[in-house]
Amino acid sequence: MLNLQPYADPQYFLLLMLGLLPVMIGLYHGRRFKTYETLISLLFIILMFTGAKWQQGVALIGYILWQLAIVFGYLHYRKQRNQTGVFVLTVLLSILPLVIVKVTPAVVLHPSLLGFLGISYLTFKAVQVIMELRDGTMKDVELMPFLRFMLFMPVISSGPIDRYRRFQKDYEQVPERTQYLGMLERAIWYLFLGFFYKYMLGYLFGTVLLPRIEFSALAARHMYWLGLSPALIGVAFVYSMYLFFDFAGYSLFAVATSLVMGIDTPMNFNRPFQAHNIKDFWNRWHMTLSFWFRDFIFMRVTFFIMKHKLIKNPIRVSQVAYLINFLIMGFWHGVTWYYIVYGLFHACAIIINDIWLRFKKKHRKQLPHNRWTEALAIATTFCVVCFSFLIFSGFLNTLWFK
Amino acid sequence: MDKKATVLSILNDLTGEDFTNNLDEDLFASGLIDSMDTVQLLLQLQSQLGMDVPVSEFDRNQWNTPAKIIKKAEDAD
Repeated sequence: MLNLQPYADPQYFLLLMLGLLPVMIGLYHGRRFKTYETLISLLFIILMFTGAKWQQGVALIGYILWQLAIVFGYLHYRKQRNQTGVFVLTVLLSILPLVIVKVTPAVVLHPSLLGFLGISYLTFKAVQVIMELRDGTMKDVELMPFLRFMLFMPVISSGPIDRYRRFQKDYEQVPERTQYLGMLERAIWYLFLGFFYKYMLGYLFGTVLLPRIEFSALAARHMYWLGLSPALIGVAFVYSMYLFFDFAGYSLFAVATSLVMGIDTPMNFNRPFQAHNIKDFWNRWHMTLSFWFRDFIFMRVTFFIMKHKLIKNPIRVSQVAYLINFLIMGFWHGVTWYYIVYGLFHACAIIINDIWLRFKKKHRKQLPHNRWTEALAIATTFCVVCFSFLIFSGFLNTLWFK
Repeated sequence: MDKKATVLSILNDLTGEDFTNNLDEDLFASGLIDSMDTVQLLLQLQSQLGMDVPVSEFDRNQWNTPAKIIKKAEDAD
């Protein structure tokens, strides 16, 4: 039976555009064909889970029912009461399936039956809705809009992670014709930029160069202390390029497809390798994820600590919050030593970055600032980031322990 | 002290800058405040003006200039 993985091959893009043609015609004439859109989205989601992947499809259905019960159960509760304990329990129940899916491979060495492609991204969305219900910024959720938000087809497998209220506003507002034509123009540009990123540059770095340079690094590992050969530096840079072009390419496809459907899904990358420092980097790299972490973990943790005066010094508060934030991000990637070290590495990097920024602020007059110091800042940030991606890649695990 | 002056003094404490004549300065774009300062801003608004702003209410596009924050404070009651 036909199986279609999102944005995986030319056939997918052709069928996708064909399937979305009626949606485009409708939006061009100022109408959103809601039923058609729902059906075609469901069809593409079903085709992701046909054949050997049917178990994942069943897991997805079970997962959605689980989240529905939790979110609507909490909504019902929240309309009458608002206890912190219940809120915490609700969030824990909501992330439970994801925790099981992430922990299972580390314990029993095979993937969990509860897993399916996209589970993390659906969890981010569900938790966000629960947090907003808790804060009262969302008073109500309705069944169909919630399902539409959770299962929005263009982004279901790997984001970008949208926000409920933003998504809902776009969905209910049909863009004006000139505005929609502008969206289509952007969609076409993103689509082709995505092809260039993912299928040319991503292919060049990931499929052509990476295996060769990894081979060299493995061949040289006994000649250098800890296998730290020149080729390993090459692995760090080549892998980082691959990671960016592959993921940024995918994200461009997801944003382009959303735009075709009249939804302005937020962008995921903004020239991350031009970042001046690590903080700047996280405002440019996988933005919808880092903003999610900023808004729902970092800020909530700092708010909680400061409100309850658990730690007096604001600098110390931010350092603790960074550690918690990036450790959770590390665990989210998977329960392996290298993801957790990657999280800790970024926490330390951003803490050091903050110390430097404070020093700079105090000594603004003594420190030179020109295009050379800026170039140095960008180059340093780039190297630190590429090293972090070497940790993230898991290649050190192969190099040292296999 | 009126609300405008209170907000300006909170911002002054956080950033070390006086915004009296720069009410439309973009605080996030210029890097003058970050997430940490934001949390302190919300806590100060709460303790000094009694404004209860939950973290998830904080949309950066609606809070990015001193003028917008003053407006929020004035509209609060």
